[in-house]
Amino acid sequence: MPPMPIIAAKDLCKHYRVGERDPGVKGFLRHFFKRKYKTVEAVKGVTFDINPGEMVGFLGPNGAGKTTVLKMLTGLIHPTSGSAVIDGRVPFHRETAFLKSITLVMGQKQQLIWDLPAMDSLRINASVYDIPQPEFEARIKELSNMLSLDGELKKPVRKLSLGERMKAELMAALVHQPTILFLDEPTLGLDVNAQAAVRDFLRDYNRKYNATILLTSHYMADITALCERVLMIHEGNLIYDGSLDGVTQRFAPYREVRLELCEPLEKRELEKYGEVESIEGREVRFIVPQENLTSAMNRMLAELAIVDLAVSDPPIEQIIGKLFKEGMNGEGTEARRDGGTKGGGQGA
Amino acid sequence: MSVVLRRVRTFLSVYNALMMEMRAEIVLWMLATTFPLIMMGVWYQAGESGKFALTAAAFAQYFTALFIIRQFTIVWVIYEFEGDVLQGRLSPYLLQPIDPVWRYVAQHTAERFTRMPFVAVLVGVLLVMVPDTRWSPGAGDLLLGALLTYLAFVLRFIIQYTFALLAFWTERAVAVENLWFMVYLFLSGLLGPLDVYSPTMRTIAMATPFPYMMYFPAQALLGRDPGMPWLWVLAILAGWIVLFLVINRLLWRVALKRYSAMGA
Repeated sequence: MPPMPIIAAKDLCKHYRVGERDPGVKGFLRHFFKRKYKTVEAVKGVTFDINPGEMVGFLGPNGAGKTTVLKMLTGLIHPTSGSAVIDGRVPFHRETAFLKSITLVMGQKQQLIWDLPAMDSLRINASVYDIPQPEFEARIKELSNMLSLDGELKKPVRKLSLGERMKAELMAALVHQPTILFLDEPTLGLDVNAQAAVRDFLRDYNRKYNATILLTSHYMADITALCERVLMIHEGNLIYDGSLDGVTQRFAPYREVRLELCEPLEKRELEKYGEVESIEGREVRFIVPQENLTSAMNRMLAELAIVDLAVSDPPIEQIIGKLFKEGMNGEGTEARRDGGTKGGGQGA
Repeated sequence: MSVVLRRVRTFLSVYNALMMEMRAEIVLWMLATTFPLIMMGVWYQAGESGKFALTAAAFAQYFTALFIIRQFTIVWVIYEFEGDVLQGRLSPYLLQPIDPVWRYVAQHTAERFTRMPFVAVLVGVLLVMVPDTRWSPGAGDLLLGALLTYLAFVLRFIIQYTFALLAFWTERAVAVENLWFMVYLFLSGLLGPLDVYSPTMRTIAMATPFPYMMYFPAQALLGRDPGMPWLWVLAILAGWIVLFLVINRLLWRVALKRYSAMGA
């Protein structure tokens, strides 16, 4: 029997009415006397399930609707239609048990009190979530060990580095030990080391508490390091729900061929073997459609003087970046469930 | 109960620390709210002319009492709340199992503790410099004055928090409250004691919540006759509190549905 999903979104829609105004005084006057509105469909019928313990990446370009979905799942905004059920509860009823089981971390927002040490904000949260003092101290010790953040908790938040502040934000968001984490760009603006530290922490937290994590990030490294399953949203539609590997098969039916030649060659001489991605001296990178791969390689081996040859999938960052940059090119609104992970099944 | 007490203790302790950090700003805010002292200067001169119901000393004492009450009833929740809504800072608060209003209540309460020593110094200086401002309230006057001042703060907070909820609909909730504040200035007794208003203006003022937030607490502190039984004053003040509390809670429910984390 498949596990019961802990997060279930069904046909979630969110429409906003936004005022439209032409520029200038004339536009202002026209808007003042006769307001024009347009309806923005931020999210258009998104459906997915997530099982307990899964870490799922939520991808999409800016304005795709990721944050709106997260806000609907946490009960911050009401869906225009459709339903969301989180651990058997309706988010926007804001039941205490629900609020104690979830957290939402928004990388660009902060809940820590700016002028006070982070420990003061943590104390507030401990009292809000009714965490007994000994338990609170134990959790702080544990979380600060996991995040390598100790003495910094006594410094005013304004004096912390961005990385330290983000770690302290994570502590504040997790001190009540939620089992469902909605993370919206938790590594935004952090340097590479701080990003890695946050990723390690999230992995450990997921393992330790069997926490379910839905994570959005612009850094593909976050997704590839943490998530086996991804949801992709574009213009409010869920366009993919499946394994990370499946993204390559679905959206990048081509391979990358790297050649090291004996002698450098002109681009026009190389183009007959496939799309030339780059040439650096004797090293050439081709993008070759999957169906032409065998014949293209046979020709290369027969006609070119090759020192070394390697075939690989293009990097996931490149695929997704290209995908969002070029648009979905008629990809339907139905989520692709390649990789057979509809409803998860990859729980950590 | 222990949960509530722990929350109260923690909130007050943390926000006290925050207000201590902001002590310089608090002194400046206090100095910026010396409006009753300015009005004292104006009315003191008028009182000396003998054309009004009150003497110069009575005016001086009235505005000193007003200054003290104003320091304890000052409310700024609308600025804080509007910023939180527009900047999306309210979102994390809404995801916690406690009404966000308690944070603002704790901030205001903690600020009173920080403000108190500075108020004491300023009032002390005033009493020394202007002998006419001095009066000797009885213990009963002080107790009643303190109770009315506290209730006036509660009413003023609830009213301003109700206006603050308009931030869910408009980015100009503060501007709307400023309009209300103009009427408050005039009818509360801040511009002048209601004793010198015309009977019509007095009747109009009494039909509003404003005199119960300034004039009556001042009358109590000064041990003067309010013109009606004190129990009536307390009952009417309590009635205004209940009325605005009901409006506030209804508006909050509607506002929560509307909230879409603007600016997030």
